[in-house]
Amino acid sequence: MIGVGKIKQYSNVLDKPLSKGKQEVSLSAFAFLFSELVQYNQTQVDNIAELERRLEDAGYAVGARVLELLCHRDKGNRRETRLLGILSFVHSTVWKVLFGKVADSLEKGTEHEDEYMISEKELLVNKFISIPKDMGTFNCGAFVAGIVRGVLDSAGFPAVVTAHFVPMEGQQRPRTTILIKFAEEVLQREARLG
Amino acid sequence: MPPAAPRSGDAIFASVERVNAELFTLTYGAIVRQLLTDLEEVEEVNKQLDQMGYNIGIRLIDEFLAKSNVSRCVDFKETAEVIAKVGFKMFLGVTASVTNWDADGTCCSIVLDDNPLVDFVELPDTCQGLYYCNILSGVIRGALEMVSMKTEVTWIRDMLRGDDAYELQVKLLNQVPEEYPYKDDE
Repeated sequence: MIGVGKIKQYSNVLDKPLSKGKQEVSLSAFAFLFSELVQYNQTQVDNIAELERRLEDAGYAVGARVLELLCHRDKGNRRETRLLGILSFVHSTVWKVLFGKVADSLEKGTEHEDEYMISEKELLVNKFISIPKDMGTFNCGAFVAGIVRGVLDSAGFPAVVTAHFVPMEGQQRPRTTILIKFAEEVLQREARLG
Repeated sequence: MPPAAPRSGDAIFASVERVNAELFTLTYGAIVRQLLTDLEEVEEVNKQLDQMGYNIGIRLIDEFLAKSNVSRCVDFKETAEVIAKVGFKMFLGVTASVTNWDADGTCCSIVLDDNPLVDFVELPDTCQGLYYCNILSGVIRGALEMVSMKTEVTWIRDMLRGDDAYELQVKLLNQVPEEYPYKDDE
């Protein structure tokens, strides 16, 4: 056939043009994949804390890469240096890209200066998951907590990030809150910057 | 009421809820990385990916049949077409094509030009034996087994290894007749 071009072979993955990020897959494909991730990790651990840690580690890797991708593609290689800046980046841009909507709310913790909370009525990853009673407070949102920790850590804001269920009145399913506790050095730096 | 007509892959994909493909890609990458760290042997990782795909496939087939309204496939040729045109489109948003039929119609190749699993991926030298997308072969094998077809799915071409497309060979081994879980005379 005349004129049929061969698909250009890129020897290096870094030479390939970056996609616009508009491609989609079905939610069920992602849900199946995530359930396999959780099931595989369940076979590798003995207790809930280990399972949460493993899910978080998986999410951490995703978060680090998401930050690189978004900074390059959407923010023109500018990086955030202020605390509120990076928090609103996570709450809006990261959430919009990964989950299709901005997070439900971003709040500052009342008891401690270094705590912030991002809340979501129903996390995408938890949509088809129910936790059996004997697993206590386990939350697959640990994966999302890992993503947030990955983004914050790679942006230079080390923090401890955890996911918690918060029962809401009048709703059957509890709300999920991602609790972010920044390291001491972040707050000191923020204070110095004024 | 006449049975509903089978829906095209595009129509179903437009009607299901969708998520960003990059989240999917990065999550799959995290899974493969975890497996490589835990199992260390590339062959073991290949097997584990296939097993995970199998677990997904046996559940995925239910959703596929429910959403796509396809009637019973007459022969394996139709099955392969349906997988490539409807199945891949419905779940991954990409279309595949079916080629290379052998003489008795039991073996074919499904070719993917676009594969959301492998965006941003490069195989390092230490993992050259890895079939990165092996989960897909497990999914197809598991799904077909639930509709009474025992198959063997292998990779012929893999872009991560330098080929120009992704090609899966699906070989029908035998058709297992459905067994009822209870005896008629009891």
